[in-house]
Amino acid sequence: MNRREFLEQTGLFLVMSASASAALDFVLAGKPEAAPSYNTVDHWWAMVIDIEKCIGCGACVRACKEENDVPLEPYFFRTWVERYHVPAKDLNDLVAEDHPIVDSPNGGYDGFEEKYRAGDGSKNFFVPKMCNHCAHSPCVQVCPVGATFESPDGVVLVDKKYCLGCRYCVQACPYGCRYIDPRTNTVDKCSLCYHRITKGLTTACCEVCPTGSRMLGDLKNPKDPIHEFLRTHQVQVLKPQMATGAKGYYNGLDGSVR
Amino acid sequence: MKKFFIDGQHLIRAGAILLGGLLVFIVLRALLVPPGFGDLGHFRPGALDDVAALPVHFAGRAACAECHADVVEVRRGSLHERVGCESCHGALAAHATDPGSLTPTLPDAGTVCLRCHSVEIARPAKFPQIDPKEHGDGTKCSECHKPHHPETS
Repeated sequence: MNRREFLEQTGLFLVMSASASAALDFVLAGKPEAAPSYNTVDHWWAMVIDIEKCIGCGACVRACKEENDVPLEPYFFRTWVERYHVPAKDLNDLVAEDHPIVDSPNGGYDGFEEKYRAGDGSKNFFVPKMCNHCAHSPCVQVCPVGATFESPDGVVLVDKKYCLGCRYCVQACPYGCRYIDPRTNTVDKCSLCYHRITKGLTTACCEVCPTGSRMLGDLKNPKDPIHEFLRTHQVQVLKPQMATGAKGYYNGLDGSVR
Repeated sequence: MKKFFIDGQHLIRAGAILLGGLLVFIVLRALLVPPGFGDLGHFRPGALDDVAALPVHFAGRAACAECHADVVEVRRGSLHERVGCESCHGALAAHATDPGSLTPTLPDAGTVCLRCHSVEIARPAKFPQIDPKEHGDGTKCSECHKPHHPETS
């Protein structure tokens, strides 16, 4: 083989292998799975949390950990419950800002021990927290590898095969909803029980909430009771000033909640 | 023109190297980028199926009602009617798919009831709460109250 032949052969080989690998993509992808009744573009999920109904039993926290295989140690939570204690105003120092005392022992997993007594003029309530599944999510914007994304049905998900564990998104989330799974060193977060809602079930936290404080809603379904709820209640999202497009709607949210 | 090509041999070599590099890039890119990346956004669409394929642990009250219609009937009209079965009984999807594989144990009334009904100032005031030190003399809640229909006792 002379030099000319060699160059010709090599060039041909490269061109062929490029087109072959491009074709291989389609072979590997296979035929798209016969679509089940769930179609992503027909849904737009949101969550309503009614603080006036939350009793702080922690059923959601326990159910979430069990359903989603979340490590049982504290500090790993996809959802958790905070107890707010807003002390009575000091009438001699009315300029002072409110400083709510927030505690969440083990995320509310074991419920709450009685800590504050009635009659001291304080305001006390529970605030369940979870991923707000923002429509313009800061965590998605910072991911360098496209491992976290907003799904077409409005759920912020993590691609565990692509996550590098760089923790950018953990810092970016204004709501503190992400953690690094110590077993895989990849990020983890509330998936809005994507494996359940795509099968027609509700999320684990909504399933077990005894008072109906949590309500999963599909905003694209005009018959979903969430529309009625949003119309008849004064709801608020957390940190609206961050313009994250949060879809966690809180009813009865106090101004002191951060 | 011909003279330019004789002198411009080095240009052709450089061009060939550039072209070769481009081909290597195209081949590597086609091999490394997963199928469909970018179709729905800057992510691998297969991840949606990965997440959706995770196992379910909580069967949901509709699955419970398929067999336990008698309990549904008992709960009808009670304050606990809309409490999910698995709120107290725990995750039982395994039992729902194959009843023989897992026999649910009765929840301990002492802890389960008090998680919701022990007195706590942060709970909504109208929610029924008791102080276990003052109420019940330490007897099990279920001795007096029927968990499936708490109004009857």
